[in-house]
Amino acid sequence: MSSVLAFQSSDGTAGSAGRRAAADPPIRIRFVGTRKTFMIGSKPFVALEELNLDVAEGTFFCIVGPSGCGKTTLLRILAGLESPSEGRVECSRTGKEPPRMSMVFQGDSIFPWMSVWDNAAYALRLRGVAHAAIKETVDYYLDRTGLRRFADYYPHQLSGGMKQRVSIARAFANDPEILLMDEPFSALDEQNKTLLQEELLRIWEETRKTVLFITHSVDEAVTLGDRIMVMTAHPGRVKAIIDVPFERPRSVLELRAERSYGELVYRIWGHLRDEVQQARDQQQSNG
Amino acid sequence: MTLATHDNTTQATFVTVAEPKRTRRSFADGVFADEHVMMVLSPVALLLIWEIAGRLGLIDLRFFPMPSQIFTELVGVMSSGELWLNTTASLQRLAIGFVLGGAPALALGILMGLVRPLRLFVDPLVAATYPVPKSAILPLILLVFGLGEASKVVMVAIGVFYPVIINTTAGVLAINRTYLDVGKHFRATPWQTFRTIALPGAMPFIMTGFKLGAGLGLILIAIAEMIGAKRGLGYMIWNAWEILQVEMMYIGILVIAVIGFIVTILLNQLERWMVPWQSGR
Repeated sequence: MSSVLAFQSSDGTAGSAGRRAAADPPIRIRFVGTRKTFMIGSKPFVALEELNLDVAEGTFFCIVGPSGCGKTTLLRILAGLESPSEGRVECSRTGKEPPRMSMVFQGDSIFPWMSVWDNAAYALRLRGVAHAAIKETVDYYLDRTGLRRFADYYPHQLSGGMKQRVSIARAFANDPEILLMDEPFSALDEQNKTLLQEELLRIWEETRKTVLFITHSVDEAVTLGDRIMVMTAHPGRVKAIIDVPFERPRSVLELRAERSYGELVYRIWGHLRDEVQQARDQQQSNG
Repeated sequence: MTLATHDNTTQATFVTVAEPKRTRRSFADGVFADEHVMMVLSPVALLLIWEIAGRLGLIDLRFFPMPSQIFTELVGVMSSGELWLNTTASLQRLAIGFVLGGAPALALGILMGLVRPLRLFVDPLVAATYPVPKSAILPLILLVFGLGEASKVVMVAIGVFYPVIINTTAGVLAINRTYLDVGKHFRATPWQTFRTIALPGAMPFIMTGFKLGAGLGLILIAIAEMIGAKRGLGYMIWNAWEILQVEMMYIGILVIAVIGFIVTILLNQLERWMVPWQSGR
């Protein structure tokens, strides 16, 4: 827990004072006492214990934790799919509107009844963006994700990795200020995963939008993230927040060859090990 | 299978466990490989057996006139225009009833799938009235809508309504939650959710509903036309019974069967066009 406090005294309290050092990027997302309780039958189930968290502008923020710790709930609250039971979530805004967000969902989320192109254009079409602008943006991101040739394909004609690329293209094409990613690569095989991580890094490094990235893979978090939050087993709390010192642009494979990479992964596993064990015990006692 | 063994110095023995299948293509293989041939084979065989049985005197020709006799009669009624008149009358009622029953069922079914309170409200009504045999309410329909066109059309509409509404609701409920989450996350309006997710997502089920509805509609139009109609295939069959013109009865039955067959083919084609993402079916 100590690392959380340290984080808040360096970032959170400075932010609330309204004055911050020029070097510090402004806060983009702020969870204030956010709590989520579901009712399972008549029994309340705490999915997310009181969460206080600041995420700075332009950070690639990764969240790791054992399954069932509430990391998806956290993201779903931010995505507007759930509302918190207590507390609130704040986002800094640039215009009048709240910042635009795009989520990359876990597993299959692209519509089977739309072509690759129509899927990628989905969010823009909902917003009523002019056709010429949609075409330009969608073509660009299909290009960046290597899907241009498959624009007229339907999802059932694509592999799992390509489907997830469409999902990423859809999210980026929406031109979000904040990108939410919920274990986007968890269903992929190792080779596809590495490839997509590499591609995600390349696209992200062009724009450096704020990203909240949920994963159960410590390797993935260290590879992609600027900052990693480790969550406790159910009910989800912040266990530690760790800065990732590696420079950008990063290359996934070269990074993994470095000694400091392995050390950081090992350190984070140190935080996670007890929680995973505890989550397993909980499951066994429940099941 | 051949048993290939090798005697090595290490004295290991090998048995072939996988090799190319030996295929000998016979004439029957070639014929049966063509699925279209398979599909006409059974009706043709039935007609052939029927004809032969008739000629051998194995069946009573008063009840079961031979296909050749029916065919001769068919040529006669086709040239008189009587068959055409009755067929178009039935088809018209069928088409109007299909739209009148199908359209509201589709709209209501999707709304029920999306809006839980509405589903809880309407579901008991559907569940309670669905099992009532539609033929049992024909007298009531005749009482309310009279002996004219309206009662026939309403019978078809009722027949189409139930399978469509039940399948559409089930289809919307079967849509993966994530797809609805995607719509919600990207702030789809209710209309956009309907257009881009609920309708296309439920389309496979909806098409099944329409296919079942078409079948039921055909059954009901035949029944409805037998009572208090002056035109239509149902009327034609009933009239043939009254004047004991057996060949005419068979012609009516045959035309209804052909209509059912064509409607099924059309709907299958429509399904392929509406549901292009479900290949290999």
